Amino acid sequence: MQENDPNIRWVDESPLSARERLYLPLFFEGLTTTLRHLGRSLAGKVVTVSYPDQEPKIDAPLIYRGVHRLNRDEQGRVKCVACFLCATACPAHCIDIVAAESPWPDREKYPESFTIDELRCIYCGMCEEACPVDAIELTSLYNLTGRSREEMIFDKEKLLSVYDQTKDKEPMRSQRQSTGSYAAEHNRK
Amino acid sequence: MPIVYIDDKEVHLQQHERLNGIQAAARAGVQIPYYCWHPGLSVVASCRMCLVECGKRDPQTGQISMLPKLVPACQTPATDGTVFLTNSDRVREARAMVEEDLLLRHPIDCPICDKAGECRLQDYHFLHGRGQRRADIKPFTSRKRSLGPTITLFVDRCIMCSRCVRFCREIAGTSELMVVNRGAHEEIDVFPGFPLSNKLAGNVVDLCPVGALADKDFLYRQRVWYLKSHPHVCAGCSTGCSIYVDQNQDRIWRLRPRENPHVNQWWMCDEGRYGWKYVHDPNRITAPCRRQEGQLKCIDWDTVWADLETQLPSVGGWTAVLSPFQTVEEAYLLAELVRSVDPDATIAVGPIPSQGRDERFPNGFTIRAEKCPNRIGVQTLAGQLQGELLSWEELKSRWKSQPPEGGLWIAGGYPASPWQSDDVEVARRARLLVVQELFPSALGAVADYRLPAAAFVEREGSYVNVHHRLQVFQWAIRPPRGVYHDGHIYWKLLGRPGLYRSAPVLQEVAERFLAFAAAKGEIPDVGVDLRIVQLAEPAETVMTSINSA
Repeated sequence: MQENDPNIRWVDESPLSARERLYLPLFFEGLTTTLRHLGRSLAGKVVTVSYPDQEPKIDAPLIYRGVHRLNRDEQGRVKCVACFLCATACPAHCIDIVAAESPWPDREKYPESFTIDELRCIYCGMCEEACPVDAIELTSLYNLTGRSREEMIFDKEKLLSVYDQTKDKEPMRSQRQSTGSYAAEHNRK
Repeated sequence: MPIVYIDDKEVHLQQHERLNGIQAAARAGVQIPYYCWHPGLSVVASCRMCLVECGKRDPQTGQISMLPKLVPACQTPATDGTVFLTNSDRVREARAMVEEDLLLRHPIDCPICDKAGECRLQDYHFLHGRGQRRADIKPFTSRKRSLGPTITLFVDRCIMCSRCVRFCREIAGTSELMVVNRGAHEEIDVFPGFPLSNKLAGNVVDLCPVGALADKDFLYRQRVWYLKSHPHVCAGCSTGCSIYVDQNQDRIWRLRPRENPHVNQWWMCDEGRYGWKYVHDPNRITAPCRRQEGQLKCIDWDTVWADLETQLPSVGGWTAVLSPFQTVEEAYLLAELVRSVDPDATIAVGPIPSQGRDERFPNGFTIRAEKCPNRIGVQTLAGQLQGELLSWEELKSRWKSQPPEGGLWIAGGYPASPWQSDDVEVARRARLLVVQELFPSALGAVADYRLPAAAFVEREGSYVNVHHRLQVFQWAIRPPRGVYHDGHIYWKLLGRPGLYRSAPVLQEVAERFLAFAAAKGEIPDVGVDLRIVQLAEPAETVMTSINSA
């Protein structure tokens, strides 16, 4: 990125208005939000979910950041092209990929092994953002448990099986309307 | 003194310097983009990326007359009064057009291209290209074919700079590569039955400014932005090429040549390029062993330190055999170690591995038959310490007539065992035999102490190549767990304070020995010629170093 790139519009921070500079008006504006929530919860409208006896309802499963999955293409092969961009973007360094020449003629590279350390992952969703081919996505599965650390290191097969489990409920990004509009729609409700 | 004008800057050249526009601009801190030009190859000016506005300043009137057309800076000599405009609107437009043309059919598969991250096309597109693609074709895949045992060509990624073709003709002299077809159908190829298999073939991958030529050994293995490059010296032969060791998490992924006009210019041979595999061999010795009841038993290092501290002085009559894989500093410390327990200790130099004959390429690049990096360094050191040079053969014949009385310390680092059966027979007669080696060998099997040795990428210090050029380097990767590099072992046994660092030891060597006097002070990246001191240094300095030695 260059600073003089014509495609970049540089915006200055707008100066503070008199009301903003006085500090207290905004302070009380924020406090009213807190008080409103307090009132609602005293009136019994906001309830804490007593997990695990009670399953929480995931309001927006398509933008929820739970367990990862590796998507399959139409022929059932792993979609991933082993470009390492998710591993590069990952701030927790939990993705480990071994790339190899792909056995299919239409693709050059594929992941020979693809493992995610689910214990190390911070579920930030950067891998999903970085992926150029919509191969890695986060699902709405949140209750992830295991008996050992080894069990929590998900390999390629396991990640593909998560896809098989969730593909009907949560379609791939490229096959649905953009998550942005989904979120907007959700907020409108 | 010729003056060249780059934009608004003046560059003063030496009287007989012959530079082109790109080099002159680099002096002024201006980078002119280029693909096809390479300082080590002939100029073809085919990529048109370095187009600049050029003119001439009249020395009398001071008037500048510009050429009507843009000229390639790589082909334009920077003579007195030449004016280059490198950032005018016309030049910028020309660069954007060249970039657009190159990217018409170049597949945009950067995420899976191994060159991404060190690709000229990528970098220049961000710097000089257009923000928007105007073409309606969007190629995404590239045809691929093998050019030889080590090289793969991604046909559609090629931008036809022809660097690889010129390299094979001018440097390797084997001319395997050629351009087939014409115009937009141009492709790089080899003639059927004549694969790209010369011993310098790996260099075409480094030369390729885009991801067209790929090394099969490195292809798909790592993304380049994971790699950390360490300047080092190749230990494949006594040429001692300057290299970069590219490692990630203490694993080497590739070696690349480092520019050094005095040693290897821009090149290195495939023998050295792929010669690092033994470093990660699982059979390497990774623990010190001691002979107990006739058997070698692994022990921990604390025991080694304690044992050797008591045993070294008690044995007496020491002989140290320096290895040509050791750095100068390590060899010096080993000599110091045995001299500290036995002031009359003998210093000899171990076997010098040799294979085949020297191979010389048309441009002068030579692969030496001597397959070790530091023969001159350790031999000079041994000669200076002892007054006469004692080779392994001489030591052996001496011992055959008169069996050794004392201890024998044999340093190692040989990738392949150089020991003959009679070597082992002679060495086992020593009262205490300490052997350092990378892989278990017949000699190590008869040792009283077998210590793991470090590979060249794990050492730090300096190597002296066949032309007496001393190059310093730092370790590139840490040795495997359980292995200490020689410097650490000797430093510890000598009881010197702190941790081993090579730089002060080299200064000590340079202070003590006249032959190493040129290594005094800061050593440049290209190394120093050890012979230079005797010619260039003022007489007093030479006299003081003689006196101090």
